[in-house]
Amino acid sequence: MTDQTIRVLIAKPGLDGHDRGAKVVARALRDAGMEVIYTGIRQTPEMIAEAALQEDVDVIGLSILSGAHMELFPRVINALKEREIGPDDVLLFAGGIIPDDDIPRLKQMGFQAVFGPGTSTEDVIKFVREWAGARAIGTA
Amino acid sequence: MSPDVEALVERLLAGNRRALARILTQIENDAPAGRRALSLLYPRSGRAHTVGLTGSAGSGKSTLVAALARVLRARGRTLGIVAIDPTSPFSQGALLGDRIRMQELTADREVFLRSMATRGNLGGLAPATAGIVTALDAFGKDVVIVETVGAGQDEVEVAAMADTTVVVLTPGSGDDVQAMKAGIMEIADVLVVNKSDLPNADLLARQLRSIVEAARSGRPTPIVRTASALGEGIEALADALEEHRAYIEQPDVRAAHRRAQARHQVLALARQRLIDRVVTVHSGDGRLDDLVAQVADRRLDPQAAADALITE
Repeated sequence: MTDQTIRVLIAKPGLDGHDRGAKVVARALRDAGMEVIYTGIRQTPEMIAEAALQEDVDVIGLSILSGAHMELFPRVINALKEREIGPDDVLLFAGGIIPDDDIPRLKQMGFQAVFGPGTSTEDVIKFVREWAGARAIGTA
Repeated sequence: MSPDVEALVERLLAGNRRALARILTQIENDAPAGRRALSLLYPRSGRAHTVGLTGSAGSGKSTLVAALARVLRARGRTLGIVAIDPTSPFSQGALLGDRIRMQELTADREVFLRSMATRGNLGGLAPATAGIVTALDAFGKDVVIVETVGAGQDEVEVAAMADTTVVVLTPGSGDDVQAMKAGIMEIADVLVVNKSDLPNADLLARQLRSIVEAARSGRPTPIVRTASALGEGIEALADALEEHRAYIEQPDVRAAHRRAQARHQVLALARQRLIDRVVTVHSGDGRLDDLVAQVADRRLDPQAAADALITE
């Protein structure tokens, strides 16, 4: 019996240690039937890309509250590219404190969605499921 | 969607880590591509030292694996690590958090860490764990460490799969009594008293020693004291693993050991496939629901229902 499950990496790049949001999202996605790999705080872009490679995840969610996203996110994208992981291979989304002005540039980089404070976890789940459904990944 | 398996296996054997990761997914999903990959990889496996590490939840297994990995890397060994966490029986989802304690290993290209969820399996492993180990072995890892779900009992499965089984115990958590229950003591090739900086570590070590001495048949099980968060005792643990490896590589031990592993693996897979077939067939024709209803109403006993399922 083929048993496909959506695998998600939730990671926190940079130096801020506020991981409540990341944990809430991780738990919500788990409760929605996904396998969620949480790597902990203070991850370098290299560590995140390496975890994504080894775990062969379908989805990567980055959480950041430090304001360094325009600095760190492109480095994550590059580290992924170095490992042959492109925007067609994984669903990338971001969450945290991200000014609206930055969102168009993040989307250009390959982020499919940016979730700010007050986002319902239901919206995140729905977003991931729709993407996975379109690619026939997972039964959730 | 299905990748070209042969090409992917070629890339894996050439050392491509992305190809390895993608094959692991196919194996884990028990997809046709995964089965095909395994049949190609199996003849290339059998060189790695496979180490199973088990112990109750909170005994410090993940931290110990991280510390052990550092020591083994310093000795020049390349590593595969399979870290298993439970799947929620309610949502079928899982939160896999072992990477948190193994963060610094991520920077090392010679360590490949894969998190797995149990996906409904009991016994501390996931259904596809043996296949994942085979792929890491064929990839060329010197040592493959499997960290089980923290259950601490009834984990004979890991012992059947691994060359060397390490059972991790901690002082003051009732483990001395647990240790005496059948099962854990019999599967341990190496016993670890972790968190040995805590009170009562001496007591636990002494109790274990008396159990080991009383059991005396064959090779006495070494007892290693570690404090993995402090990095203490890890060299001794690595030594104990390598000594056990040398022991099972002796010609007269090796053949029997390999055969017992193979037998277990074949039977485990056969069991899984039989049950899958029965469930698939009789879910489709409604027979399973029918028999279950009869048993629930006490019109049929479970034994008769099970017999009916497998003979029809």
